Amino acid sequence: MYRYDEFDHQLVAERVEQFRGQVERRVSGELSEDAFKPLRLMNGVYLQLHAYMLRVAIPYGTLSSRQLRKLAHIAREYDRGYGHFTTRQNIQYNWPALARIPDLLAELAEVEMHAIQTSGNCIRNVTSDQYAGAIADEIEDPRIISEIIRQWSTFHPEFSYLPRKFKIAVTGHAHDRAAIKLHDIGIVIVRNEAGEIGYEVHVGGGQGRTPFIAKKLAEFVPKDKLLAYLEAVMRVYNMLGRRDNSYKARIKILVHETGEEEMRKLVEAEFAQIDASKMLEVPQAEIDRITRYFEPPAFETLPAESAAFNKAQADDAGFAQWCRTNVVAHRQLGYSIVNISLKPIGGVPGDATDVQMEAIAELAEAYSFDELRVTHEQNLVLPHIRLDDLKAVYDRLVTHELATPNLGLISDAIACPGLDYCNLANARSIPLAQEISNRFADLDRQYDIGELKIKISGCINACGHHHVGHIGILGVDKKGTEFYQISLGGSADEHASLGDITGRAFTEDTIVDAIETLVETYVGLRHADERFIETYRRVGLTPFKERLYAE
Amino acid sequence: MKNGIIGSNSEKFFMAQHSSKGARFQAVTANRLLDGEVVYLAADNSWTEVFSEAEIADGPEAGEALLARAVPDGFEKQVLEPYLFEAIEDENTGFRPVSVREIIRAKGPTVRLDLGKQARRQAQG
Ligand code: HEM
Ligand code: SF4
Repeated sequence: MYRYDEFDHQLVAERVEQFRGQVERRVSGELSEDAFKPLRLMNGVYLQLHAYMLRVAIPYGTLSSRQLRKLAHIAREYDRGYGHFTTRQNIQYNWPALARIPDLLAELAEVEMHAIQTSGNCIRNVTSDQYAGAIADEIEDPRIISEIIRQWSTFHPEFSYLPRKFKIAVTGHAHDRAAIKLHDIGIVIVRNEAGEIGYEVHVGGGQGRTPFIAKKLAEFVPKDKLLAYLEAVMRVYNMLGRRDNSYKARIKILVHETGEEEMRKLVEAEFAQIDASKMLEVPQAEIDRITRYFEPPAFETLPAESAAFNKAQADDAGFAQWCRTNVVAHRQLGYSIVNISLKPIGGVPGDATDVQMEAIAELAEAYSFDELRVTHEQNLVLPHIRLDDLKAVYDRLVTHELATPNLGLISDAIACPGLDYCNLANARSIPLAQEISNRFADLDRQYDIGELKIKISGCINACGHHHVGHIGILGVDKKGTEFYQISLGGSADEHASLGDITGRAFTEDTIVDAIETLVETYVGLRHADERFIETYRRVGLTPFKERLYAE
Repeated sequence: MKNGIIGSNSEKFFMAQHSSKGARFQAVTANRLLDGEVVYLAADNSWTEVFSEAEIADGPEAGEALLARAVPDGFEKQVLEPYLFEAIEDENTGFRPVSVREIIRAKGPTVRLDLGKQARRQAQG
C-alpha cells in the first residue's frame, strides 16, 4: 500500500500544529468565526446540528488494519463509539469537541491519515473502484493513477483556488463501481487496439441541484500524457468557470454552457501547449515507483475449487446465501472478494461501531493481506479472502452483526445524514432507509425483487446520490414539515442516467407505501430475469406514475 | 431548499429564516463554540442547553430585541451564529419549537435516542 514519504509526514504534522494554534486562538477570542471557519473547513471540521463533524479522507477507499484500528480508537476516545462511512469514501465523526480535534488529527497522522482535501474549493480526494487490484478483467489497478493524480493535485498552487470543489474518480474496469460519470472528471482505464493502456476522460458530471452525466471528451489519452490532459481541463475550467455564482461554478455548468464540442476544442488547444512543453510528462521511474506500492499481495497458488468451501455451503444455507449476494469472484484462483454490508435490517446505513471496526481490522489482518476498502455505497470490502477462509470470516462477521446478505438489494440503500445531523437538510434520510429496510425485511422477498438501488438525500445537494438511484428519494421542506419526492430510473454505473421525477411529493407517513407500490408495479411488469432498472427503461415512467397516483 | 442561504461554498448557512413571517413566539438558539452543543438564550442572557429554559419572545419586536441581546461584544467566544426560530404553545410543556429541524436540535438525532440532549434527560430521570 502507498506510504507517505518524509515530505508528506512533515507537511501533515505541520498542518496539525497550525490548526492547533488556530483552534487556540479561536477559543481565546483572538480569531473571529468568520476568520476561523474557512480554516476549520480546510481541516475537515464542519458544524452540524448537534455538534461539530469531522470528515476524514480515505484516499481511493483503501485502508490498512492499523488505520481502521485507529479509526475505531478515535470513535471511542473522541466520539460516541461509532463512525459513519459516506458516499465519498470518507468516514465522518459526528460529535468531536473542537478543542480535542487537533489531538485527534495528530493521532490520525500517526497512521498517515488526515482530513485535508475533504472540503473547500480544491481537488478533493480521488475516489476509485473498491475492487481495485482484486477483480478479474481489470485493465490496470486504478489506484496507481489515482495516487499520481493525488500527488499532482495536492496543494497544487494553481488549483487551490478553483471556482468550486472538484472531484475526480477512476475505474480500471468496464463495469463502473465508482460512479465516474457523476464526477467533475471521470477516468476509465482502457486498452486500445494496439494493446496499449490509456485513459478515456469524461468531464462535467455531477449531482447537486443541477445534475449532469459527464461528456466523454477524450477516447484515449496515452499513459504518459494524462496529467497534461487533466491540467488542460483544469486550466480551461480555471479560466472560464464561473465565480460569480456558487450554484453555477462547477465544471458541469461550464461544459453544459460551452457545449461538448467547443469544450473539447478548448481542452485540446490547451493540451497541445502543455504537451509540447513536456512539463507534465510523468517519468516512467515515478510511475514504476508508485506502481510498486500497489503490487498484488503474495497470493498463494491455489486450486480454483475449495472442498472446504463447498462443504460449508452445503452445510449452512445462511452462509451459502451470503456467498451468493456478498461474495464476488477474484482475479486470483482460490480467492474471493468479500463485501461487508453496513446495512443491517433496520440499521443506519454506513454506521459502524468501534468494536465492529476492530473486528473487521482483525479479519483484514488475519485473512486479507491487511487490506480493506470502503465503497461509495457505504459498505466495506475485504478484497483478498481465500475460499478456504470464507466460512471463518463469515462466522466472525455474524458475531458482529456484519453478515447481512443484502448487497445490491432493496435494503442496501444509501442515505445521507439528513436532518438527523446535517445543518443543510430539509428532511431526514436515515429513518426512511430504516423503514424501507424493515418493510422489506424478508430476505426471500428481497431476493425475488432482485437488484434495486435506493438512494436518499435530505436536500438537493444530493450527497445521498438520489438522482442516480433506481429509486431516488429527495427530502424537501414545506413550512418546517418533511416531504419526499421520488425519482425513477437513475443509475450510476457505465450506463449512467438521471432519474425522472414522478410528481407530487409524499409525506413521511405515505412514502414507504409509495415505495412498495413502485416495487409491486415492477414485479407485475417485469419479464423473466429483468432487473428493476431494465423494466423501467423498457416501459418508462407512465405505468409507475399511474399506479403511484391512482386514488 | 430553504430561503436565506448565503455564500461560503463549503458550508452554507441558513440565516434567520427559521421563523415564518407571522410567527408570534420566538426563541434564540446557537451552537456552543467549544463543542457545538445546541444552546438557547435564557432570561438572564446566559446560554442554556435546555429549550424549556429559553426565553420566549412574544411578537416580532420582542424577537428582534431578544436577538440583539444574544450578540453583545465578544459573543463569539461562547457561541456560533445565533438566530431566531419559531416556537408554539404546547399544552404539556409550555412551548415547543415548530419546525422538525428545531425539534431535532432540541432533542438529538431521531435515529439515536441514546445520543444528544434526549439521552441526558433520560439519564437524569
Ligand atoms: C454536514 C455535512 C455535509 C455538508 C455540509 C455537505 C455539503 C454539500 C454541498 C453543499 C453539496 C453540493 C455541492 C454542489 O452542488 O456544488 C454536496 C454534494 C455532495 N456531497 Fe455533501 N455534505 C455533507 C455531508 C455529506 C456526506 C455525509 C456525504 C456522503 C454520504 C456527502 C457526499 C456528497 C456528494 C456525493 C455530493 C454530490 C456530488 C457532487 O458534488 O456533484 N456529503 N455536499
Ligand atoms: S444531501 Fe443535504 S441533507 Fe444530505 S448530507 Fe448533503 S447537504 Fe446534508
